[in-house]
Amino acid sequence: MSFTDREWWALIHGMVLGAFFLLAFAGGLAELYGLKPTLVTRAGVVAKMRRVKVGVTAMAVASWLTVITGTWIVYPWYREDVASSPRSELLANPDTADWHEFGMEWKEHIAWLSPILATTVAFVVVYYSTNLIRHDRVRRTALGLFVLAFAFAVVAGAFGAFITKIAPVQ
Amino acid sequence: MTPTERTDEDETGSAVTDKPEGPISAAIIAAGIGAAALGLFTTLAEASTTVKEWLQWNDDVGPLSGKTLLAVAVWLLAWAVLHATLRTRAVETRRALIIAVVLIGLGVIGTFPTFFQAFSPE
Repeated sequence: MSFTDREWWALIHGMVLGAFFLLAFAGGLAELYGLKPTLVTRAGVVAKMRRVKVGVTAMAVASWLTVITGTWIVYPWYREDVASSPRSELLANPDTADWHEFGMEWKEHIAWLSPILATTVAFVVVYYSTNLIRHDRVRRTALGLFVLAFAFAVVAGAFGAFITKIAPVQ
Repeated sequence: MTPTERTDEDETGSAVTDKPEGPISAAIIAAGIGAAALGLFTTLAEASTTVKEWLQWNDDVGPLSGKTLLAVAVWLLAWAVLHATLRTRAVETRRALIIAVVLIGLGVIGTFPTFFQAFSPE
């Protein structure tokens, strides 16, 4: 019962960082949503702002680590020019070729939109800080971009999971 | 305090100073520019073998290396320029969000396989 180095990296990329990303998103979303004047007390504002900043910054960090490990460590193994690579296996069978030609092609590109948007949200939250409580329009904008960053990661993560199920990196 | 900053009171009666929205708008528009750049490079790499080969900055990663690094560079450069331009201005985030959503939409279209593969010379 063991994993190869490649399988370890695929696990770190997909499961460890994926779980960290989900956790950070859930925390960041809940805290950002609750950043309303009616829900924040004077005593709780410092702790709440700290949690919001930690949540959105953690999601940005998680998304950068995920795309960097995915693109620069796991992806080269996926696309190796040998018959046993996942890409070669998928393309060798007409029934599975679309998993590469559509699924992987979309995943490898769209995933990069997530860290860009997550970093933008982290900047907005850190820069505007408690101003977000009184400026609902800015808070809603940050919330929208935060959800969009998550949505792009979901597309990439879902295709990653499906492709790994059919042709894992080994 | 810059001319665009405004002192107000929060819900607890404490004096607070609003920061200008310019830097927020700059960051939001820059994100849109980065997304659109990724879509553009993805489609260009599919349409032109020369561009695809040029974007292969790393042999193991292939053209994805150039596409993503260049998109990130465009994003950061756009952010720096926009931040310097808008940092003291009261640019509303609503307008910035509309611009960014359009640009992100273009980025999504440009990275959508059915779209960019239509430009493949093969």
